[in-house]
Amino acid sequence: MNLQQHNISDNNFEQCIKCTVCTVYCPVAAVNPDYPGPKQAGPDGERLRLKKFNFYDESLKYCINCKRCEVACPSNVRIGDIIQAARIKYSEKKPTLRDFILANTDLVGTLSTPFAPIVNTTLGLKPVKAILDGVMKIDHRRTFPKYSFGTFEGWYKKQAAKQAAYPKQVSYFHGCYANYNNPQLGKDLVKVMNALGFGVQLLEKEKCCGVALISNGFINQAKKQAKTNIASIRKSVLEKKIPVIATSSTCTFTIRDEYPHLLDVKNDDVRDQIELATRYIYRLFSQQSAKLNFKKGEKKIKVAYHTPCHMEKLGWSYYSIELLKLIPNIELTVLDSQCCGIAGTYGFKKENYKTSQDIGASLFKQIESCDFDVVVTDCETCKWQIEMSTSKRCEHPISILANALE
Amino acid sequence: MTQHETTKPFDVIIIGGGATGAGTARDCSRRGLRVLLVERFDISTGATGRNHGLLHSGARYAVTDQESAEECIKENMILRKIASHCVEETDGLFLTLPEDDIQFQSKFVDACRQAGIRADVIDPKDALKMEPSANPNIIGAVRVPDGAVDPFRLTASNIMDAKLHGAEVLTYHEVTELIREQDRIVGIKVLDHKTKETKSYYSSVVVNAGGIWGHNIAKLAGVNINMLPAKGALLIFGHRVNNIVLNRCRKPADADILVPGDTICLIGTTSSKVPYEEVDNMYVTPEEVDLLLREGEKLSPQLAQTRILRAYAGVRPLVASDDDPSGRNVSRGIVLLDHATRDGLEGFVTITGGKLMTYRLMSEWTTDLVCKKLNVTVPCTTASEKLPGSRENTEEISKKIISVPLAQRNATINRHGDMADKFSENTPLDNSLICECEEVSVGEAKYALNELDVNNLVDLRRRTRVGMGTCQGELCACRAAGLMSNMKKACTKRAKADLTSFLNERWKGMAPIAWGDTLRESEYTAWIYEGVCGLTSSSKE
Repeated sequence: MNLQQHNISDNNFEQCIKCTVCTVYCPVAAVNPDYPGPKQAGPDGERLRLKKFNFYDESLKYCINCKRCEVACPSNVRIGDIIQAARIKYSEKKPTLRDFILANTDLVGTLSTPFAPIVNTTLGLKPVKAILDGVMKIDHRRTFPKYSFGTFEGWYKKQAAKQAAYPKQVSYFHGCYANYNNPQLGKDLVKVMNALGFGVQLLEKEKCCGVALISNGFINQAKKQAKTNIASIRKSVLEKKIPVIATSSTCTFTIRDEYPHLLDVKNDDVRDQIELATRYIYRLFSQQSAKLNFKKGEKKIKVAYHTPCHMEKLGWSYYSIELLKLIPNIELTVLDSQCCGIAGTYGFKKENYKTSQDIGASLFKQIESCDFDVVVTDCETCKWQIEMSTSKRCEHPISILANALE
Repeated sequence: MTQHETTKPFDVIIIGGGATGAGTARDCSRRGLRVLLVERFDISTGATGRNHGLLHSGARYAVTDQESAEECIKENMILRKIASHCVEETDGLFLTLPEDDIQFQSKFVDACRQAGIRADVIDPKDALKMEPSANPNIIGAVRVPDGAVDPFRLTASNIMDAKLHGAEVLTYHEVTELIREQDRIVGIKVLDHKTKETKSYYSSVVVNAGGIWGHNIAKLAGVNINMLPAKGALLIFGHRVNNIVLNRCRKPADADILVPGDTICLIGTTSSKVPYEEVDNMYVTPEEVDLLLREGEKLSPQLAQTRILRAYAGVRPLVASDDDPSGRNVSRGIVLLDHATRDGLEGFVTITGGKLMTYRLMSEWTTDLVCKKLNVTVPCTTASEKLPGSRENTEEISKKIISVPLAQRNATINRHGDMADKFSENTPLDNSLICECEEVSVGEAKYALNELDVNNLVDLRRRTRVGMGTCQGELCACRAAGLMSNMKKACTKRAKADLTSFLNERWKGMAPIAWGDTLRESEYTAWIYEGVCGLTSSSKE
């Protein structure tokens, strides 16, 4: 008998037994010697920082918050959270104008979509890229995601009445990507859900999930947006009894896990009702007699599935993979689960470009080594990175599914 | 075993490498005496290295022992100046819990002020803002100038200064005999534990600074000192819960001080009489662990959820007053015995009692007595001359070693003060880590091995904190053993034996609190060393 038998410590870092497997699985530590690795930056460093704040090392900014360390950890240490929380608490580096622009995906998207053709062309021009590189430190080798001419929300307004007519409903957290860059993904989701007999609603108010704000140091703004989102999600889940689904793995992960862990925004009353579209649909198939009518006689396509880091952390790539397997004309290969290197806004920054591409190198090699028709992944930034760094097109599983439907 | 005679006479031989012995060696050598210090193990192995590491303000003793309180506050202020790299100026709080008598507070504050200790009564709310880990139910708080002091660094630094002033230091030399000529002690015989040789050294005066073991040393001279070994057990927690020393505002009792020390914090102590025969084998009992936790949680409830790294116990060298054969009248004050006047034995002096806080004063008194016997009139300078490591601005040192990675730089300056400027020429290999928990680099370990009298891994731990972190040697011990072997400090066989004894020493401290994550980690450590490194079970104790 001891007095500490009910140890339910907040000092999660003390569960570390120094096995170092986190550092073995860290994509950054493998390519960038300036990063001390998750063990030292996380549990070891936290102990030193508790002694004195000046043990905070700015090299923690090299962490890409992929959470692969947490997946690897056999002791359940929230290593990635410890590192991100330390950055939030101790970093004295002020975010730059560049960081502001990269972080505010909502604002920049709103400003860009009405002028999408001009913005897209301009951002593709060499002199513009040179200026962005020189002045803003956004790497000139980086290809920018294209903005859409008109948003998903704009398109949806005309559909709202029709969607409301369905007997069963889901709320869709579309995220910035589906809204500003790829409304087609949102339209595909609507198509798939409709085919399953569900109408799609939007949340009363949706803000960017805030992942880029967190990683660029705009914590107060991230908290504000998190609160707005959770309030809307509560309205949907608790008042209207409508669950929330999303197509972006990172948005889903951020709302479910980063809100309570990093932003101190509680979500335990609704967390179980926020999930990824592919998981929701898979569960419909497994629990009920859901049916989809696929096109017949389609040509075989070779598809490679890439597991984004946050899917690995969620543990949910299984659902996307199983859903893809339902499509009759697909020959599926699951790629080794490894980081593509972009890590949201990280890879756009000039100082991270090399690390970013070095991390992704073996993934790109694996993609090129086989004759795939298309790479599929649940994460939009992985898509950008794969499309920029390989010769392959990259799509969301929901789009693949929508395409295969009659 | 060979008999090795040496005729070189010293002015003074000091027996005991604790803080007092080291401080006396420093003081004597600074006053121009030819000094030899002998220690049977490593420096600071006894009570010096087995206490709270509390830089007492004296407040704890103010009500019960004004004299000790006054000595403490004076030495406290001196150590802040001369040993800044060993001291952390944290301040301390004396907390009154609902179960304590709040009336005691005013008595306490009056006594502090009378002893010259600044004592500010503060609002419990403000106290909780200063130290959020304190028990939120406190009904009173007094702020005093407590702090933390690292006894290993302090002792090593005194040794270093003594050597700079010509003193000779022999560790792992155990006194087997005091050489007596009529009614005078003229020298010592020692057994060199490394070579197994016996050697003789002569001096005008022999100082017995053996702490609790001074009892036996005095016996060798046929002198009786009535020592009362008092065991004190402590627990080390895995990280710092508090940044200000927390005390209970009541008469001194068990487990009422929580001290932040380097990367960890310590709760202590208990107090129990132990038979003299057991002083070399102190084990912490389950009852002591429970007591420390139960009382500790009252000071800081967070301790209930904090990982415990180790438990250990020291033995206070308490001395019964000479005029009280029953031994009940115990003094915690400094006891300096001139055996010439006390027992008619010339050339032999015993310094004992006291505490870590007053080591310098004890050394000064001892050296004064030695000087008087030798007709030396040089005044004491140890209260004003800074110790090596504390002489230069550490911010300047930090700039000098900017190539050392940040966490390592901070840690190494913390440990070695201005001596860290030796790491400015470090190669990238030197900057690689041996101990990841405590940020000890190859370069720092090399420095300790070459310049700080390190003979084995445990010595290295005392100089650098290798193996003192959460992993308790899991990752660092084999690296350190490898480095020692590479530097020809140990052959492969000895390095392996040393590794085993180091790990067993670490386990000794973990065993009393081996549950939860500490047990999980020790199992993992055992797996690494038995399964990967191939240390066999038969080599375990």
